[in-house]
Amino acid sequence: MTHAAPVHSLWTTAAAAPDKIPAPHIEYGQLSPTLIVLGGAILGVLVEAFLPRRQRYGAQLFVSVLTLAAAFAAVVGLAAGDYGTGKAHVAAMGAIAVDGPALFLQGTILLVALVAVFTFAERRLDPVAHGNQVDSFAAQAAAVPGGEAEKAAVKAGFTTTEVFPLVLFAVGGMLVFPSANDLLTLFVALEVFSLPLYVLCALARRHRMLSQEAAVKYFLLGAFSSAFLLFGIALLYGYAGTVGYAGIADVVDGQVRNVTPALAGTMGNDALLLIGGAMVLMGLLFKIGAVPFHMWTPDVYQGAPTPVTGFMAAATKVAAFGALLRLLYVVLPGLRWDWRPVMWGVAIVTMLGGAIVAVTQTDVKRLLAYSSIAHAGFILAGVIATTPDGISSVLFYLAAYSFVTLGAFAVVTLVRDAGGEATHLSKWAGLGRRSPLVAAVFAVFLLAFAGIPLTSGFAGKFAVFKAAADGGAGALVVVGVISSAIAAFFYIRVIVLMFFSEPRTDGPSVAVPSVLTSSAIAIGVAVTLVLGVAPQYFLDLAGQAGVFVR
Amino acid sequence: MNPVYYLYLAALLFTIGAAGVLIRRNAIILFMCVELMLNACNLAFVAFSRLHGNLDGQIIAFFTMVVAAAEVVVGLAIIVTVFRSRHSASVDDASLMKL
Repeated sequence: MTHAAPVHSLWTTAAAAPDKIPAPHIEYGQLSPTLIVLGGAILGVLVEAFLPRRQRYGAQLFVSVLTLAAAFAAVVGLAAGDYGTGKAHVAAMGAIAVDGPALFLQGTILLVALVAVFTFAERRLDPVAHGNQVDSFAAQAAAVPGGEAEKAAVKAGFTTTEVFPLVLFAVGGMLVFPSANDLLTLFVALEVFSLPLYVLCALARRHRMLSQEAAVKYFLLGAFSSAFLLFGIALLYGYAGTVGYAGIADVVDGQVRNVTPALAGTMGNDALLLIGGAMVLMGLLFKIGAVPFHMWTPDVYQGAPTPVTGFMAAATKVAAFGALLRLLYVVLPGLRWDWRPVMWGVAIVTMLGGAIVAVTQTDVKRLLAYSSIAHAGFILAGVIATTPDGISSVLFYLAAYSFVTLGAFAVVTLVRDAGGEATHLSKWAGLGRRSPLVAAVFAVFLLAFAGIPLTSGFAGKFAVFKAAADGGAGALVVVGVISSAIAAFFYIRVIVLMFFSEPRTDGPSVAVPSVLTSSAIAIGVAVTLVLGVAPQYFLDLAGQAGVFVR
Repeated sequence: MNPVYYLYLAALLFTIGAAGVLIRRNAIILFMCVELMLNACNLAFVAFSRLHGNLDGQIIAFFTMVVAAAEVVVGLAIIVTVFRSRHSASVDDASLMKL
């Protein structure tokens, strides 16, 4: 009992003076992007509760677009107010960092979400059911697929307009995730954005069994990985006695000496630090979809409704890489000689694994899923650089990659046959002869994925590989270039399939989208080309944003 | 009693939960094992809180409980939906997308 004495003294002082608890000081203005998005989400829930069914779709779309635009304006305002560089600091009693990378990633996530909401709201692709235009989401998610209740719901023209508030809640969590400055905020933000995504995955209108299966897989594996993350947080808390990033970093750097002999076994114990750090990394690498934590990616990407897949593939990756960067650069820089070899290994197997397995895929959504795994590997190469260039190149790559992904999945929603989207690659044969425009746009996205010059993919890959080479990871760059070449093979194969094979007689038709999906695709193409042809302004922007506050 | 023993217990519970997720095949049991892992985390937080003599860990335990409750809501909803459409909660039956 001897070593518990300080604890009891603490309890007695706490019991003696409980009269005044100081209120926390919260900088609401600097947290406004997150607060606006969460407020909009709650407004969406109220719309769902009080408006009649017919008016909900329009109201929800209006609320979501307005909310995301307002939040983006708030981010731009904060960046213009110098919070990204000069006035970067830690807000909300140390829970949230307001700095360059946080604002850059928040802006990216908000723009991605805005474009994704356009694809969510698309109602002209699916054939009209009983006189009602329908979107990609189930008429009534609770109804058994193929059952009487579902038929009745379709006939009554129900739609799941709840997807809009769900997206906003997910975006709210994603905005906090890269700016979280303590491990508790990190965990809560992770759950806030994951839970709505689990639900969204289960809501497809077509192939509902697949969609539900994807949701169950994503949920069980996601919950499993977040339990690992939480246990890692517990061990890091045991190691440092705090969950604040700066506090843990101080203990890692040895700036805080252990003064109480009672804590000799825990505080500063390297076993706790290494195991805890590894488990937190596992949780983040799962969200990124890095090998060997990628098992969920192809199934979930294939089963989820395609607009949701596009949103998930783009925005989750941005948020999770932001959190990973902050963890490695702010909390564990003192440990980089330990984590760099591990991340080397992860990056190499992720790049090669994603690229090689993608070659064998026959479903376009699974193909894009494996390609996203390979891209996670390329971005990890930039993370490993541990230089300011590494941070800014990763930021640029994330912005470039997310719009290409969104656009590619938006094109996938257009190619349809009687059963809904025709995702099997054999059905895409000869698409370039039937609808040259759609095939050409998809080819642009594929070339950007492959990293062909004059597309954003090239500028991003060049920045990341250059940062990695300067950071002393030359071998990693060689592996990256090799796997880029492997990846280019299957991207080009799809282009060849679209343009140089005979169209099938029973092939799919290309639906004519409304202005919503058209503008989503147009934005994707525009960003891809602008970032590819004139990347310098955006590289500078990412360069200015590339310093973490501590 | 030495508070470190509670950490051993937490690690043991976490391992049992993780092993359960990997071995069992019923989605509900899997989910219960995940909850066991979260509770093991809570025990570790509270034990570390006692060791360090600060209250952070105990506060985090409350947050974890709320998150676990929210996860139950979403998770059970998804599992029940799947059960209603397949009449089975086995994760081995959910294999429409296997290559």
